[in-house]
Amino acid sequence: MMENTKPSLLEVQNLVTYYYTDEGVVKAVDGVDFKVYPGEIIGLVGESGCGKSVTSLSIMGLIESPGKIVNGKINFLERNLLELGESEMQNVRGAQISMIFQQPQSSLNPVFTIGSQIEEVFQIHGKISKNEAADKAIELLKLVGIPDAVKKTHAYPHEMSGGQAQRVMIAMALALSPKLLIADEPTTALDVTIQAQILNLLADLRRKFNTSVILITHDLGVIAEMADRVAIMYAGKIIEQSDVQSLFDHPKHPYTRGLIASVPVMGEIKESLDTIPGNVPNLIDLPIGCRFSTRCNAREEYQLEICNKQEPELQRNQKSGHEVRCWLYQDGEGHTAPFKL
Amino acid sequence: MTANSSTINGNAVKDYRSNSLWRLTLRRILRQRSAIIGMVILGFLLVVAIFADVIAPYSPYQVLIGVEDVNKRQAPCIHLLGCPADQPQHIMGIDGNVRDEFSRIIHGTRVSLFVGFSTVGVAIIIGTLLGAIAGYAGGWLDNLIMRFLDVLLAFPSLLLAITIVSVLGKGLQNALLAIAIVSIPSYARVVRASVLSVKETAYVSASRALGGNHAHILFGRILPNAIAPLIVRGTLGIGTAILDAAALSFIGLGAQPPLAEWGQMLGSERNQVFTAPHLVFYPGIAIMLTVLSFNLLGDGLRDAIDPRLRSAE
Repeated sequence: MMENTKPSLLEVQNLVTYYYTDEGVVKAVDGVDFKVYPGEIIGLVGESGCGKSVTSLSIMGLIESPGKIVNGKINFLERNLLELGESEMQNVRGAQISMIFQQPQSSLNPVFTIGSQIEEVFQIHGKISKNEAADKAIELLKLVGIPDAVKKTHAYPHEMSGGQAQRVMIAMALALSPKLLIADEPTTALDVTIQAQILNLLADLRRKFNTSVILITHDLGVIAEMADRVAIMYAGKIIEQSDVQSLFDHPKHPYTRGLIASVPVMGEIKESLDTIPGNVPNLIDLPIGCRFSTRCNAREEYQLEICNKQEPELQRNQKSGHEVRCWLYQDGEGHTAPFKL
Repeated sequence: MTANSSTINGNAVKDYRSNSLWRLTLRRILRQRSAIIGMVILGFLLVVAIFADVIAPYSPYQVLIGVEDVNKRQAPCIHLLGCPADQPQHIMGIDGNVRDEFSRIIHGTRVSLFVGFSTVGVAIIIGTLLGAIAGYAGGWLDNLIMRFLDVLLAFPSLLLAITIVSVLGKGLQNALLAIAIVSIPSYARVVRASVLSVKETAYVSASRALGGNHAHILFGRILPNAIAPLIVRGTLGIGTAILDAAALSFIGLGAQPPLAEWGQMLGSERNQVFTAPHLVFYPGIAIMLTVLSFNLLGDGLRDAIDPRLRSAE
């Protein structure tokens, strides 16, 4: 695949977000780099607690105490978002970068009608009359495929199904045609059939508005269907990143392989599903060396000793752009990589 | 286009209003017997207060010496119950200054309801502001506000009110101010507790992600979700405020004669309990009935709208 030479929309550089708790420093995001290009969907994949959501909240500038962005740059449209003040960030949120959440029904305020909540977005960000906002709300509800949009503007959140509520959230997020949409597990709480509808809607709207999407999920099936590129996160770091085809055809990192192997395949009969042994390491007390080393079977298979001494760097294949962070592909002190990237 | 869709809106509003949260809440309130009883008594009191001039046969300040043939502290005379028809009717008797007790009780309703609503109104506005800011901001500001209110709360409320009135000078206005100040902490606490729980919800995060500023999120998004317990607390608080005001007037620090205020009427005739029991009985009953109505209504509202106490349906 050709190296992407277009200017990026969003560039996250060495993002470090720590939570200073009483038990110790939780290294939720510990040096994450990735780029988002205009109009693409990038998938951010990983287990619970690997830093996906904290990454997205860092981009939105919504990290709350005791959390703190310790280091890094988030360049968006030639500005470093981390240098913006709170009121400047408020102008970015919702208008240029918006976000949809995992629990659509609880993301809607129970005491306001759907219509007034969509209108709110316009009122926050611009001088627009109430009538215009109401018309736009109806237009948006039609756009996201809510039947009977006019009536539904007067409905309350408790009268909506999960799928409808997520459509409303998408309508609110896209109200001001933002350049970037962060979708944090948008379909996790929904039925499988509804999931597909919501994903199709997102894909349609992406094409229509040329919005870039950061799709956060732990569902590789969703990624395979939706994403252009994927970044796999593990314990606060990106451990593999490539275009979606290359990742599923030639997964490099043992963790990625484990993830792909653990997805049940339709029509294939297995005694039991493959699993990755162990749990995500404690983010306060990370293992020395590679963070995955404690659960890695490749380390045992190839008798690698460097893994629990030193942390590997993100290696990049210049031709394909496939990136991986693993000693299997990196030479080190007294260590020769068994494979070439 | 705009005109067209707004007429469509008009129709839709009618169709969907039956589902609004307020409708649901109202229906739930109407299922509470105590709320209904409270509302009926309160409705009656409101009618009495509004039409006091029409209902009361005399002015509350009119001294009847030389006008009618009545004596000081004369017992009630009700024609229906066998009081001779040639005597003027005074269904609650005559007070120590030869005024019609019934007219004074009727006009006292106005004073008491005004006292209840105004003190609680002021206390709720200030308490909500303080509690909301404390709960939303957290940290040192929260500590500062809440510790100050804790100090206020450490004094017995009536004692503190008496102190405030002594400093400001006696009179109904200062008594109201004192009662309002004394009841601020309890409203602030209720609001702070609700704000603390509501600000962690997903819809508040969603609002932040849409770019709302702090004032918009706190007052526009969080507070509307936090007022249910405040309504309950406020209703119960009106009863307490009326009682406190009556107590202050009873000991001579609140309403001053000749104003027709129940606590003051009770206080000025307290030595005549045995010789003229009607002058103590009727103001006492009036206070009791008013406070009871607010307490019943408050209890009913709590059962109906405070989710933490809502029984399984």
